[in-house]
Amino acid sequence: MTDKRQTVGTARTQGQAAESARTQGQATGTARTQAARRAMYFRMITASFARRFSRMVVALLAIIVGATVLSGLVTIYYDMPRQMGMQFRSYGANMILVPSDSAQGGMTRADIDQALAQVSNDELVGVSTYHYENCTINASPLVVAGADLEATRATSPYWYVTGEWPDEPGEVLVGLVEADFFSLEVGDTVTITHTLVASDDGRSALEESSVDFVVSGLLDTGGSEEEYFFISNDDMARLTQAEPSYNIAELSIQADAERLEALSEAISQEVPNVTPQLVKRLTTSETTVLTKLQALVFLVTVVVLALTMICVATTMTAVVTERRREIGLRKALGASDKSIVLEFMGEGLLQGALGGLIGAGLGFGFAQLVSTNVFNSSITFRPLLIPITVLAALVVTGLACALPVRNATTVDPALVLKGE
Amino acid sequence: MKNVSKIYGELRALDNVNLTIEQGEWVAIMGPSGSGKSTAMNIIGCMDKPTSGEVLLDGQDIAKLGRRELTEIRRDKIGLIFQQFHLISYLTAVENVMVAQYYHSLPDEAEALEALERVGLADRAKHLPSQLSGGEQQRVCVARALINHPEIILADEPTGNLDEQNERIVLDLFRQLHSEGTTLVVVTHDAEVGASAERIITLEYGRVTSDNADTKFGKGNG
Ligand SMILES: Nc1ncnc2c1ncn2[C@@H]1O[C@H](COP(=O)(O)OP(=O)(O)O)[C@@H](O)[C@H]1O
Ligand SMILES: [Mg+2]
Repeated sequence: MTDKRQTVGTARTQGQAAESARTQGQATGTARTQAARRAMYFRMITASFARRFSRMVVALLAIIVGATVLSGLVTIYYDMPRQMGMQFRSYGANMILVPSDSAQGGMTRADIDQALAQVSNDELVGVSTYHYENCTINASPLVVAGADLEATRATSPYWYVTGEWPDEPGEVLVGLVEADFFSLEVGDTVTITHTLVASDDGRSALEESSVDFVVSGLLDTGGSEEEYFFISNDDMARLTQAEPSYNIAELSIQADAERLEALSEAISQEVPNVTPQLVKRLTTSETTVLTKLQALVFLVTVVVLALTMICVATTMTAVVTERRREIGLRKALGASDKSIVLEFMGEGLLQGALGGLIGAGLGFGFAQLVSTNVFNSSITFRPLLIPITVLAALVVTGLACALPVRNATTVDPALVLKGE
Repeated sequence: MKNVSKIYGELRALDNVNLTIEQGEWVAIMGPSGSGKSTAMNIIGCMDKPTSGEVLLDGQDIAKLGRRELTEIRRDKIGLIFQQFHLISYLTAVENVMVAQYYHSLPDEAEALEALERVGLADRAKHLPSQLSGGEQQRVCVARALINHPEIILADEPTGNLDEQNERIVLDLFRQLHSEGTTLVVVTHDAEVGASAERIITLEYGRVTSDNADTKFGKGNG
């Protein structure tokens, strides 16, 4: 009995000593205590992440995919107006000039310059002129187009050329259809013959002019351009032995529909030999296409984020179920609901941050890929998108984890003593 | 414990149990399976509340406390050891011990290593539970239970899954803890483990059917 009391006394004293040491520790070393606790917290959640990686990998992948799509599509979304503007303009012309009845079949350089004078320099993005002539090769008819090939090349990025664009006199770019018909390949030489029409000086006999051309490239556009031979304006002048007489001039003008209307009006008033025509389809649809595409991008992003959220929520629910015993144990060891929430949220958010970071990088790559393949130009990198993507990934995972983590706090600590 | 009952539906898992455990005592609770031993442990360990009756711990009636206060008592006064060990699978031995420190007050790796040394596992500190034998896992549990110097250590069939050698190691540790004044309550099927205790209480159908406290200390169970 006396023995017993003494032992109890010792226990008391020890307990009190521990207690006072603890309160003292809290009073003197709060900052140190906090740091040690924080270190342990990160040690636990990173250990769970690293050593249970196979369990996390699906959710992590979902977050990465979501973040990739988000950052990729947002990059494209913001770059789209720029891309589309360039694209629509390079897909050509929103105004074309054709000879009016008074022009006798063709416009001179002077006519075109006079028309261009109506358009201010910063509105005019590009001009390409075409001069078509009927010619023959070994008596088979064909159409040759004289063009400013440099300008054509700049304004026709979708023209696909096998071989080279002509850049020396005597070179010709042959449309695929014609190349097939005449069995021409890059490097072949052809003689193109043009029949000179009798002119005012009374020559009645038909004279022929023939020029040899080397095929420098074959043209693949999927359109009617494949039915022509393209040569430079200088070569055309050699072939026709006359001043160029243009059949069409394609203008690319940066202006809204109203301004284009006004320009068209002015040109037809001021330049009698030229009839301007507006290419209505492109000018009016430019904005509607853009808004529709942006709405589509937005929708896809929202759907993908929702799917990510569902996937993370499902995984997290499974994780909480799978770890009920661990949660019960932590509670039995004295974990408050708050610590349980912090730990599971911490794990979720760690995944969110990591997935968001990886996704932000992949997303830029994805946007770059889309841009080079679809728009044929590279994209501007937006550094701000990294924190935004990570933040969005954190919000999505946070929301996805909210319910499962709340459920985790309802686990009964008594379950750790219940039989296996 | 006064008139404590725990009722699950129709079943009286504990039926009007009266029991006093002194501070520093080493008590074994024995009895057939389903007799309410674990239920009693849950209540003493503040993990569950009785359906009726009073449970006084240091003079405080835990039956009247809320969830949060029970959590605090578990954290501050009680160390737990289980038959199935319940170590956190993705944490190393020393980290498992530190988890208990983390919830209690201050995680201190050096102190946690000392505790592992005490149970003879200093060289296993960086191993995951899956890399430890059952006996080693249970010793990690003991280290975790004693790390915060609890007033009471509750062990539910601590040697149920252990071989004889590890059983002896664990019993030796209990002996040391007892000599330091820690109250020990051990549920067991094993007569030898029971015999190591100062006092054996037998439960049957939720009632105390024998308590040798009378013979040992000349006291009534009440
Ligand atoms: N959560 C519960 N719900 C319903 N019945 C339970 C629950 N926990 C325990 N029991 C029942 O209470 C009785 C006592 O259980 P327990 O205390 O675990 O017994 P022991 O640990 O002595 O084997 C058993 O019949 C068991 O089935
Ligand atoms: Mg049991």
